[in-house]
Amino acid sequence: MTDAVDAFVAGFIVLSAVVGVVTYVTLLERKFAARMQSRIGPYRVGPHGLLQPIADALKLLMKEDIVPRLADRVVYNLAPIVFLIPGMLIFATIPFAPGLGVADLNIGILFFLAVSAMEIVGLFMAGWGSNNKYALLSAMRAVNQIISYDLPFIFTALVPVLLAGSLRLSDIATAQAGLWFVFYPVIGQLAFAAFIITTLAAENRVPFDILEAESELVAGFRVEYSGMKFALIQLGEYAHMVGTSFLGALLFLGAWAGPGPAWLGPVWFLLKAMGVFLLVTWVRWSFVRIRVDQILAISWKLLLPLSLLLLMATALVVVLRSGPGV
Amino acid sequence: MVPESHYVALSAVLFVIGVVGVLIRRNPLVIFMSIELMLNAANLALVAFGQRHGTAQGQALVFFVMCVAAAEVAVGLAIIVSIFRMRRRLSVDELSLMRW
Amino acid sequence: MGSVIAFWILAALVVGSAVGLVVRRNPIHGALFLVVNLGGVAALYLMMHAEFLAAAQVIVYAGAIAVLFVFAIMVLIPGKEETGPDPLRAQRWLAVPLGGFLALEIALVLRSTVFTTSRSPATVPGGVEAVGRLLFTDYLFPFEVTSFLLLAALIGVMALTKRKAS
Repeated sequence: MTDAVDAFVAGFIVLSAVVGVVTYVTLLERKFAARMQSRIGPYRVGPHGLLQPIADALKLLMKEDIVPRLADRVVYNLAPIVFLIPGMLIFATIPFAPGLGVADLNIGILFFLAVSAMEIVGLFMAGWGSNNKYALLSAMRAVNQIISYDLPFIFTALVPVLLAGSLRLSDIATAQAGLWFVFYPVIGQLAFAAFIITTLAAENRVPFDILEAESELVAGFRVEYSGMKFALIQLGEYAHMVGTSFLGALLFLGAWAGPGPAWLGPVWFLLKAMGVFLLVTWVRWSFVRIRVDQILAISWKLLLPLSLLLLMATALVVVLRSGPGV
Repeated sequence: MVPESHYVALSAVLFVIGVVGVLIRRNPLVIFMSIELMLNAANLALVAFGQRHGTAQGQALVFFVMCVAAAEVAVGLAIIVSIFRMRRRLSVDELSLMRW
Repeated sequence: MGSVIAFWILAALVVGSAVGLVVRRNPIHGALFLVVNLGGVAALYLMMHAEFLAAAQVIVYAGAIAVLFVFAIMVLIPGKEETGPDPLRAQRWLAVPLGGFLALEIALVLRSTVFTTSRSPATVPGGVEAVGRLLFTDYLFPFEVTSFLLLAALIGVMALTKRKAS
């Protein structure tokens, strides 16, 4: 019984920390984007705009909740929750320091991939339930894109798994004690680059943001949502983004490894994850949107074969290095 | 600890629901989903029997079933899409063209 | 005790979603019920310590197959289905007693099956390692055949759905 209580407390702490981090990540992104465009960004609420996320959250909470008259009510109302849950669940297996996490499953990375694949369900529920042509178009584009980019995403995430020889996330992290996988000759850099590209697509960021292309689809699948439900969708999206950044930092950047005493580990991990996040944001604010057919062509004709080749090359390297008899 | 017989019984219930779904629905897509239901029920029973014997063989079988189901869904949906393109309607009862 | 409660909750969820899939007229709702059903079965796999299968179930079934269904429904029949009179209505009612007979039959078979010998719960291999070792040793040939089947399905689907270039 104490195990259950422990797990509950751990889950509660991680969830609160995640919501806090996710809220402030929005400020980080806005500040970063503003600097890239020679602006200042949010500055008025609190010192250097530090209270802006809280003001945003309060504003969203107080807004009127509108349900379209012809919406599929049950699906429409459930969609934000279904969208949010995978975004939160992916943090369940991430170890933030040796032995510090909710559950260090022996299928850790598979759990992460499976849960983050569920995000699409909430997305098309929102798109379908709104009964809005823009939302529906956005949902259909999302299905196309996410199915196409799931495979290369999984293949690139499996490269560190092969190098570490374990699916458990903490094993992958400790396997990088000597050499971070991003510095692994050739394979590491290619896999990291592919990981960043597929992450951009999986998170629907520019240049792959066709499903919320504001110039053609207004805001895509969330166009009908307002107030609290809109806040939940935003939270889910940013939670997914932060979770994937943590995964990238864990798979390629050595997780909690860094100078200083051991208790600094989670801080290093957070800094690295924010580094991955800013890298993705940097790309987002530097490129223009590309067309649907181009997006699909990049995935199927370029990324999928290349990531498959990379995975085979990694397997070959692992076999050659471990020698005969294994 | 839940005994395996419970899982097998649950799988039987799911299978029967899938069979009834195939029989009473007209929409080929829903019929197809009911078939998935039956496959899943069989998978559940396979895993339960495998656990009972203490080997992973049941799970290996389920892995193959999943692969076959994936292929089946892809081909089946492609057939349904091309039928719909030709006839603009979806009802399995009208697809008796090839029947003598 | 906890696992028994979890089993009954999951069983109710799985059966309820299966019934929902069969009786709801809107196929989109049916597909969403299918997702719930597949997720519930994945949780049941987890309860039986088949972790790899649970993850594969969610990735393959809920992540890909159910999404394909939804996509096909969205493309084909936005919102409406099974309109017009049903020419085979009388025959369709036969399905319920037939289903009942099937249930009865399975129940009889299950009752006559011996479920007495108990095994030690800790010895069951369920991880990726056990399944992987089996797949790449004893079941290597079926494994390769499956990859061939998937390739054939891939090509077949493309051939089936490709529109003639005009």
